Amino acid sequence: MASTITEKILANASHQKEVVAGDFVVADVSYAMAHDSTAPLAIEGFRKITDKVFDKDRVIIVFDHFFPAPTVAGATLHQKSRNFVMEQGITGFFTNGVCHQLLVEKYVSPGDVVVGADSHTCTEGALGAFTTGLGSTDIGGVMATGKCWFKVPESIKFNLTGQTQKGVYAKDVILSIVGDVGAAGALYKACEFTGDYVKDASVSSRLTLCNMAIEMGGKNGVIEADQKTLDFLGGRTGKIFKSDKDAVYVDEYEIDVKDIEPQVALPPVVDNVEPVSAVEGKPIDQAYLGTCTNGRLEDIEVATKILKGKKVARNVRLLVTPASQDIYFAALELGYLQALVDAGAAVCNPTCGPCVGRHGGVLAEGEVCLSTQNRNFSGRMGSPKADIILASPATVAASAIAGKIVDPRDYM
Amino acid sequence: MRVWKFGDDINTDVITPGRYTVTTDKKRLGEIAFIEYRPEFGKNVKEGDVIVAGNNFGCGSSREHSPVAIKAAGISAVIAKSFARIFFRNAINIGLTLFVSEDADKIDDGDEVELNIKTGEVRDITKGITIQAKPLPEFMQKIVNKGGLVEFLRSGGYDDI
Ligand code: SF4
Repeated sequence: MASTITEKILANASHQKEVVAGDFVVADVSYAMAHDSTAPLAIEGFRKITDKVFDKDRVIIVFDHFFPAPTVAGATLHQKSRNFVMEQGITGFFTNGVCHQLLVEKYVSPGDVVVGADSHTCTEGALGAFTTGLGSTDIGGVMATGKCWFKVPESIKFNLTGQTQKGVYAKDVILSIVGDVGAAGALYKACEFTGDYVKDASVSSRLTLCNMAIEMGGKNGVIEADQKTLDFLGGRTGKIFKSDKDAVYVDEYEIDVKDIEPQVALPPVVDNVEPVSAVEGKPIDQAYLGTCTNGRLEDIEVATKILKGKKVARNVRLLVTPASQDIYFAALELGYLQALVDAGAAVCNPTCGPCVGRHGGVLAEGEVCLSTQNRNFSGRMGSPKADIILASPATVAASAIAGKIVDPRDYM
Repeated sequence: MRVWKFGDDINTDVITPGRYTVTTDKKRLGEIAFIEYRPEFGKNVKEGDVIVAGNNFGCGSSREHSPVAIKAAGISAVIAKSFARIFFRNAINIGLTLFVSEDADKIDDGDEVELNIKTGEVRDITKGITIQAKPLPEFMQKIVNKGGLVEFLRSGGYDDI
């Protein structure tokens, strides 16, 4: 029978010839990840099952949601997870990047099954793997056994064709899709991105697309691996799976990206998407460039080109968190960080930063933040009475200069 | 056993409002299930009662408090037209029985039912009808029968499947 890439990966990992959507499988897990916020509970679950992780090289712990610890309570959680790392001899322990970015840089290969105690684990599927977010008890179970049960999801195909206009990026494309599909439109489904646009897109842009699958309720985002993926892996190899031509999809979207304008998602829900023109001129207090959605070198480059030699408006604070240490160093070497700091940006250590409001960069009541992140829920970044508006790195950079929301195409 | 009927898109904040979930005490969570949405639930629910609901039951956050609260309240199973993904997993993992049935609509609030946990057969005594819920696959049932993922993995786990 014809299968989707998601079905094929899950069949392979569960040692079956084929599986179909709706089947339950027990799959071998390539990597299990938890971060500083979710690891403590996962560790509690783990300890009730056994005292030794299934593979010290396949359990990944990342401190990214609040590192360095801003409070004693946070430090205590870190202490608990750090002790676990030391006791188990876990090799994949990091404090220098967003968990999803570190996973794609160092671990995930095509064909892998990767689970993380974080909903945006769907990001990593851009490398042709099956990757999904789980609750803490589940991750505790995987740490103990190296296995996980799954219900094989039905798939939705997003066939993206054409080329974007100048000044329009993968973030605008995925915001536009989330707006069309709705916050529950892909509930439980595999979101498979395909078509010329995706083939031409960089790995970085593909990661941005898959990152927001969860904002439509999706279980995983996935893109078939190709030569570009293999080049990105730098020596890591995997097993490439491709969807059969007549594979079954519950829904298919045909999208020509040339019609997409720069987009924004207005609070308080991610599918409240409008073209940037709908809010042009709205003053902002904070501009934020970073996160697992848009904290990669490509994003920093786009923003730097706009900001170089300019100044951030006096009413705006621009915060930048490269998504990993490697990206930080690359941006440093290319002079991007210098240019951003010269423009008035505060470049912070490479973690989630202000994205979840646990660390720095929180908002006061009534403030507006224009951000490259993936969620705009009330209260996520500080005061529940502050607004988070989502946009592309270009829109954020141009707006930081203007002090209000502007169309980035006028700044290129 | 009595039916507690709910509609579509019952979210985790309806089941266990955020303000009440700063505890992991099961008994307390059992007391707060649906505390604002349906206060009489906590007062009148009896051991073994079932919840029948529409589509997307348990949507919203990934908090495990929600299925824990329902189970601790004494509910023996939730029968819904569909479940939100993370709720579904969390429920299985903590040992709360779930059934999916398109016919969930045919059963009303307050009906007396008999439920065969093994076959997924729900006999509505009040109406004199029977609906057949899709039973969980055998291995999922094993996780539930063991009382959840932790207990399941402690006692043989996936090797027994
Ligand atoms: S960057 Fe934001 S969305 Fe991504 S993992 Fe960190 S907190 Fe979550």
